[in-house]
Parts: sequence; structure tokens; C-alpha cells
Amino acid sequence: MRYLPLTDTDRQAMLATIGANSIDDLFVDVPAEARLPGPIAGLPSHASEMAVERHFSALARKNMAASHHPFFLGAGAYKHHVPATVDHIIQRGEFLTAYTPYQPEIAQGTLQMLFEFQTQVARLFGCDVANASMYDGSTACWEAISMAGRVTKRKKAVLSSGLHPHYVSVAKTMAHFTGDVLDTALPSMSAATDADRLLAAIDDATSCVVVQYPDILGRIADLSEIAAKAHAHGALLIAVVTEPVALGAIRAPGEMGADIVVGEGQSIGVGLQFGGPYVGLFACKEKFVRQMPGRLCGETVDATGKRGFVLTLSTREQHIRREKATSNICTNAGLCALAFSIHMTLLGEKGLRDLAALNHANAVRAAERLSAVPGAELVNDSFFNEFTLKLSKPARPVVHALAEQGVLGGVSLGRLFPDAPNLEHGLVVAVTEIVTEDDIEALAAALKEALA
Amino acid sequence: MTINQSGWRPEMGASNDEPAATYTGNRALMLEEALIFEIGDTTTTGVDIASAPKVAARLGGLERHPALGLPGLSEPETVRHYTRLSRQNYAIDLGLFPLGSCTMKHNPRLNEKVARMAGFADVHPLQPQETVQGALAVIQELAVWLIELTGMYGVAMAPKAGAHGELCGILCIKAALEARGEDRPVILVPESAHGTNPATAAFAGFRVENIPATAEGRVDLAALKARLGPDVAGVMITNPNTCGLFERDMKAISDAVHAAGGYVYCDGANFNAIVGRVRPGDLGIDAMHINLHKTFSTPHGGGGPGSGPVVLSEALAPYGPIPFVSLMKDGTYKLVEEESAADLHPQTFGRMAAFHGQMGMFTRALSYILSHGADGLRQVAEDAVLNANYILRSLEDVLEAPFAASGPCMHEALFSDDGLAEGFSTLDIAKGLIDEGFHPMTVYFPLVVHGAMLVEPTETESKATLDQFIGALRSVARRARQGDAALKSAPHFAPRHRLDETLAARKPVLVWKEAELAQAAE
Amino acid sequence: MTRYFTDEHEWIDVDGSTATVGITDYAQGQLGDIVFVETPEAGKKLTKGGDAAVVESVKAASDVYAPVSGTVTEGNPALADDPALVNSDPEGEGWFFKLTLDDPSQLDGLMDADAYKAFVAGL
Repeated sequence: MRYLPLTDTDRQAMLATIGANSIDDLFVDVPAEARLPGPIAGLPSHASEMAVERHFSALARKNMAASHHPFFLGAGAYKHHVPATVDHIIQRGEFLTAYTPYQPEIAQGTLQMLFEFQTQVARLFGCDVANASMYDGSTACWEAISMAGRVTKRKKAVLSSGLHPHYVSVAKTMAHFTGDVLDTALPSMSAATDADRLLAAIDDATSCVVVQYPDILGRIADLSEIAAKAHAHGALLIAVVTEPVALGAIRAPGEMGADIVVGEGQSIGVGLQFGGPYVGLFACKEKFVRQMPGRLCGETVDATGKRGFVLTLSTREQHIRREKATSNICTNAGLCALAFSIHMTLLGEKGLRDLAALNHANAVRAAERLSAVPGAELVNDSFFNEFTLKLSKPARPVVHALAEQGVLGGVSLGRLFPDAPNLEHGLVVAVTEIVTEDDIEALAAALKEALA
Repeated sequence: MTINQSGWRPEMGASNDEPAATYTGNRALMLEEALIFEIGDTTTTGVDIASAPKVAARLGGLERHPALGLPGLSEPETVRHYTRLSRQNYAIDLGLFPLGSCTMKHNPRLNEKVARMAGFADVHPLQPQETVQGALAVIQELAVWLIELTGMYGVAMAPKAGAHGELCGILCIKAALEARGEDRPVILVPESAHGTNPATAAFAGFRVENIPATAEGRVDLAALKARLGPDVAGVMITNPNTCGLFERDMKAISDAVHAAGGYVYCDGANFNAIVGRVRPGDLGIDAMHINLHKTFSTPHGGGGPGSGPVVLSEALAPYGPIPFVSLMKDGTYKLVEEESAADLHPQTFGRMAAFHGQMGMFTRALSYILSHGADGLRQVAEDAVLNANYILRSLEDVLEAPFAASGPCMHEALFSDDGLAEGFSTLDIAKGLIDEGFHPMTVYFPLVVHGAMLVEPTETESKATLDQFIGALRSVARRARQGDAALKSAPHFAPRHRLDETLAARKPVLVWKEAELAQAAE
Repeated sequence: MTRYFTDEHEWIDVDGSTATVGITDYAQGQLGDIVFVETPEAGKKLTKGGDAAVVESVKAASDVYAPVSGTVTEGNPALADDPALVNSDPEGEGWFFKLTLDDPSQLDGLMDADAYKAFVAGL
């Protein structure tokens, strides 16, 4: 077995040192009735590297890869070009095969990277501080709601209808068990967001308002008024960003008064990967830092006065605070945070702004072209790189018809909101820098045929 | 004759020179690296992006005008920045990484290769299901392996990491109690448990009560039985436990908990010790998470991403989360999501994350499992346990092993700081090991042992490596027993000396600020 | 003014119906460098033996219990900026909070300085 270095000679010598006759002696504490006599029956035996690779190649070929087709899916996961440098660096063994940096003297690489990552995220979101990452955007969103409850000592959260339905589902799952109250609603296919509903719902029992920006239909709305009303009632504003590239073009939520900003960082540096692993982003105002979940990296000095970095404020965390911890999270998404940080460093402010501008321009052109297709109408007034079309037919079968023509044409609102019949004609279309004019024409042509 | 015109004559120099401080602060291959905020600027970029076609912006009047303050580096500078940083890290690729309960084993590169195949890495989670049948097949194939290896009834693939898996299992218990119409507010957790166990139970709204351990390092069955009652929802037990011991009474514990109407959650962090030798399903477990990054070799990545599928008993499986993959009668794979749950999984507690779990970890774990096969996985457990016992018995004369008499250890060996010289601690031993070129073991965990040192070598270490590690640890342990002052200032040869964690916590500096540069210039 | 001690290593100075609470020199020595103290807000009702404050070192968080029941009148504002006061002057400038007593008779079970000294010597 190629991953096991011990030889039978080694094993015999080691058993002798231990004073055991056989390996079975070492499993003596397992009750006899639970000991398996040999390899579990019915499962295959070991396989060569070539055989395993062949197995996976065959399965991989059964999927339509995004790069091989005109591709317009978004709704919380976005296809951007990831520079080759990113994947090269994250495969360096010193990053890939390191552990959580518990011994800072020999983990400065990971720690400095996390410090840089935290700063990048805080600046992108317009916040004071950020943590070293969460699992993904949806779990970061619940953690933010949970944190707002600790800060305000209240249990009612008002969720925008423009929040990703999976994020709403995660919050509902948790709130059901924790006793938190969630005020939720289904979106309507209109150009306006539900800001009025949110403003009306905020009262002195509200812990937080949660708004996605841009929202699930791609709409962009100013958060300032909601922030002001929330603050007037002692509540927090949580902004959720599922497409961080947008913040190279539109105002940061922190600048508009958001207290906590969470997001899905997949869009920068991390591929689609069929939904995971991704990287949750979590930033907030400095005054709330002791209520934050997750790992935090901080600057300090070593015994000779040299600058260095350590994990800090650990007393918030489960390994010290146990049942009183701010969260049960242990692992973060370190390697995905590294990918995010490398990509962001390659981009820099100039590259991020250029990338955002290109995304927006492509999306504007696509919106104009696609809304000219008979039976397709643009819902949005405002958008970044994603917008919603209202089709003359239910969108779910249309999506399948497009796929049959080799076009991955968007996400139907019917799949995202299966219990909302008034949304079933909605198609969410994402247009990033990877989309060419030919791709837009291919989608327009396929859509025209599907709607005919 | 001809003369040595260039003047080149090799010289050995003096060997006892005191090294001078260098101009750069670098020491040959040990390179200092500044922050991107100090070496980059906001006008530099390492990517070429096509200029955007002119369009009328539709950003709702919310254009971002102020500077973001995000520095860029050119591509060569970027490669060098991160390569230099990487060299300040210890890693399993460099040597033994014996963190107890963390299972730092070799990460096969085949796993990386298959995970990057376009058919898995470049697929959107919301693509039409007919376009992702191969990806769904991978999830299903891994699910079947996990069920078979654990002898359980079902598996939830959604959880994003071990602690998220614990949450999944605990929510299943909560949902099952709710279906029974019972309110049981208490979860029992042994004192030796990972911190995630009590944190998870509290995060899900339970009250946590500790149960004590016996003198030999196992759960006190009598104390547990005495505490069971109608208010107890269940127990969370780690097996093998964090003292490195198999819980001999596991079946009796399960039977007692079930008889009292509760459920048994098993923390599967240490499943690597028993895979292929014991099936948790045979011990009465109701739910157990499996850290794919521990038992099944997916990389730890400097702290994630992880993946924590949860195997479930027949009693709890109906409550598992959506989405999940189901093999239909027509041979296709179906992702059961919100809309089909009412028909196919009506009692689910709901969704616990966006999308369908850590696909990139599933491919890697399945690659490892298929490489080993059922026979190889059994050998994994045997070699992991053999290596740990070899370390235990090779060190117990120089380090106090509090449970050495409690039977063989499983995959990890536990030592305490008993017997060190006055003023010397576990921390000093850890830092001394750094100078010897090894990553230290887990320190100060489990909490039930003072100055705990938990050593987990894993099965991917050779005997020669173990012998070198044992020699190094014996040397460091002797120095700590004898009170060698030089050990107090270790490490001496790492990129940094001991770091001031008190300063970091008292005055947290969590992001870089331009003001620092101004201060430094003063 | 009289000073009492608890077996959980809190001290309490009583002056009429008001009192000041902190942790003992022995306790700060056991905790090591203090990095953060969470003091209770004014107006908070405390129950004897219940959680009153949290004191943190780098690797540990410890609960501080109320030696007696009462209502908090003030947390020590100086600890926010300088938690090290708990190390340098635990039984003076490093006090945690002040409270008004509900029931002065609850002081009866506490130790005086000599008794506490003997208690610590026996640990």
C-alpha cells in the first residue's frame, strides 16, 4: 500500500518493543463482539493510482463543466477567471499540509497571510475588523444573526426577502432550535426591494436587520436608511455580500452603516467546485470584536522584538470557553482564505475595479440583448453582474431546454423558491468577465427558441 | 607559467565566527517578508483585464468612489511574497506533525489531481441535475463507503467541518425528541471532550452537564447512569477518547442511554484508529461525524476547509438535513432539495448550509478510500495504533504517562508534565521540539491531565522517523527534567522566538493600518 | 471597613451597605497575565455564588462569582484600558465592581484575612 511506510519487519520489531504478540493485542479493549475479523466484506480492495484516476475521469466526463459551455449561473456562486498563480501557491505543501497555526514560531506564513486576509476583507467591506474566515456565506450569515443576539440581548431578526433562500433556510433551521424569531418574506419580481417592509418591521425588540447586497435578484439598494432606523431602535444592520467582486464598483456596506458584514468569498480565488469548499467572510465594527465567532489573527512581537503574528482573543472560542463560547466553529476555511487573498493581491485595487467594471459592462450588454428576446423582460432597474429576467414561460423547463442546447443559461427562481408560484417565471442570469459576445448570442438564440 | 588571473581560491573561513546582523534581516534561506500593504500599492496589478466596453452604468447611483486601500503586486512579486511566507511554515510535507486528535497524516497528491478535474472543480452547484450526474455519483459513492465502514443506517453529507457535523447530529437528536413530543434540555459531555462538543450543544440550545472520568481515563459509567433521566437528551462521547483509550463500556453506555430515552452522539474525530477494525454502528451509536481531513487524508490547509459527514442510526436518519443525493430506480441520481423533501424526506430538520456540502473534499476523500480499499483501510488503523503504542512504550520512562497502565493506547499517546524540573512546563518541551525540527504535539489538551502532551504519529510515518522523533523527545524531556535553562528560551532556530501573546490579546491589532508605517518611520 | 474572602478567591470590602469586590493576589498569580476583564453593568442584580464577572488570561477564561447578593452600582472602568491592574494591584486599583448589599448577614460565612491565608496555604 503506497501510503503506508511500515514493513512487516518493522511491525514485528515494534510489537516486540511494545511487548505485544500481535496487532490484535493492541485492540484488546474493543469488546470481542465488536471486533471485525477481517476487511469488511463487499467493499473493493486497494487500487493503483492509475485505476483510481481512471475511475474519477469517467465520472468527471458525465458533468457539463462551466468552461466548456456558454455559462450564466450565479445566485450565490460565481465563475470568474482564477489566475494560475493562485492554484500553484495553494498547492505548496507548506500551506496545503500545515495545520491551524497553534505554534506561531513555525506558522508565520499562515499567520501573516491571515492578517493580510483580515485586512483585505475589512477594507473591501468597509469595516474595522474581520476574522480569519468561516465555512461559507450561509453559515457566516447565521453566525452574524447569532452575534447580533449576543450584542443586543434580543431574539428577533428581520430578514430581507432579497436574502438568498438557502441562507434564509439555514437561519430558519437554527432559529427553530434556538428560539430566535425570524421575520421573513418571499421576494416579488419587481425592480424595488423590500426596504419599506424592513423599515416598518424594525422595533425595539429587533436584534438585527439582514439585507443582501446586491440581492438574490441582483438588485442594488442603498442601506443607509435601514441602518439609521435600526440604530435608532438599538438594532444592528447585517449586510450579506454573495458577490464580493461587486464591491469594486459599488459602495461598501460598512460605509453605509452596516454593523456586521458577512459574505461568500468564493467569487475571488476559489472555483465553483459544485458548492464547496467555499470561504465565509466576516467583518464588523471594532467595538463588537469580543462577540465575534471564529479565529482571529493579531500582530505582536517576539522575545527579540521582531514583529510576528499569533491567533488571539481565543477565550471567545470553543477550545477554551466550551459551552460559553461565541460559536462552536473550530476549523475555518484557511486554504480558501489563502486563495482569496492571493487573488486579491494579484488584482489590487486597480485590478478589482477593472474587473468589476468589465463584469458590469458585460452584464449591461447582456441585459439589453436578452431583454430584446421575445418573451423575456428585464426586472431590474439596478444590478451589478446579475439580473433577473421575467419569462413568458416557467423558467425551470426553459433552463433544462437551454442545457440541452449546450447553454448553461441561469438559475430559475422556481428552483430557489419552489413554494412561490409567482416567481416561477423568473430566471436569474449572471454575466461575469468570462462571458463573450458569442456566449450572449448563444444564450439569446437558445432562449428565443425555448420561449417560442 | 600562467597565473591564477581571476584570483579565485576556495577558502573555508573561520568556523567560530559570531554571525553579524545582516543588512536585510534575512539569514540566507530564512527570508523576512514584509506585508503586502508595505510592499504593494493600489495602482499595481498582477492581472491583465480587458478594458470594459462603454455602457451606461446601472449601479443605482451607488458607485464606490473612495479609495479601498487594497494594494496589488505584480505576478512575480506575488509568487515571491507567498513563496517566502510559505517557507516560514512547518507542514506534514516537511516532517512528522504529531498533533494529538488532529491526525496530521500524509496528503496524497492523487487526491489533489482528481479534485481539480474540470468535471468536479468547474461545476456550479445549481446546474440542472442532468448536467452533474457524475458529481452526484461521487457523493453517493462516498456516502455508501461511509455507511459501510461505520455500520450505520444513513449519512448526512452536508456538514462543512467536524464541528458543523456535531451540530448536524445534535439537531437530529433535537428533531427526534421534538417528533416524540419530549423536551429534554440536557446533553451530557465527559470532561475530556473536545471543546466543540459542549459548544455545539450550547449553540443548539441545550444545557451542558459534565460527567467525570475514572482514574484510568475512561467515562465513569456509574456516574453516567446515575445522571440519566427524563431531562437528558443524550450524551456526546468521543471514542476512542481524547486520552487515547478505547471506551470499553461503549455498548453499555449506549444501552443505558437508550433505555433512559436518550440518544448517543459519538465524536468521530478519532475514527482513524478503528476504521476497518470496529464499526461504531455495532456499539449502539446514533450519530457520529467523520472528519474527512483526519481519517480520510484531505489536507488541513492551515486551518480548513474541513468536511464533516455524519453517519446516522435508523432512529435519527429521518431527521437528517437536506439536500442529499438519492439513487433513483431509473439509475439516475437525484438531489433531494426543499421542494422534493416533502415527498422523499418529510421529517428533515432542514438545511444547514447553502448548496450540497464540501464537494472538493468528497473527491479527495473518495480518492483516498478507493486507493486503500477495505483491506488497506484496516491496515491504516492497525499501523496508526502500532505507531502510537511504539511511542508510548518508548517514552514512558522519561515522560509521565498517566494512563500507561490502562491498557494499550489507540492512535495517540498521552503524557503529562509530572516530573519536570521546577519552573519547567509542557510549553518548554513543545518549544524544544521545534528546535529539533519537529512540530510539537497537542499541548494542554485534554484538560483532565495537567500539562497534557498528546502525541499522534499517524500511520504514514516510517519507523526511522519515529525513532528519530523518540530520540529528540527523550533528549528534550531529559533537559526539562534537569532544568536546562536554554530550553526556557527555545525555540532558538525558528523564524521567530516565542511570541508575546499577552500583548496581542491586551491590545488587539487585527488589521494593518497606515498609521503603523508612520510610527515605524519615527 | 472590613475585608472578607471567599473560597473562590474573591475579596469583598464592606462599608455599611455598599461593598467593593475583586480577586485575590493568589488568584491573579494562578491566572497569569490578565488580558481582559468583563465587569457587570450598573443596575445588574447579582445572586450570591452566581456569575458576576469574567477574567481572561491568554489561554483561560474564569468566572468571578458574587460573594454576596446585591445590585451593581459600578464596574471598574479602568480595567477596560488596563486589565494588567489586576496583576499589579489585585486587591486595590484592580477591583472589579461595587455593589449594594441585599442582605449583610450573607457575609457571615466568609473568611477574614487570616482564615483566607490559612486556606490558601492548605491548597
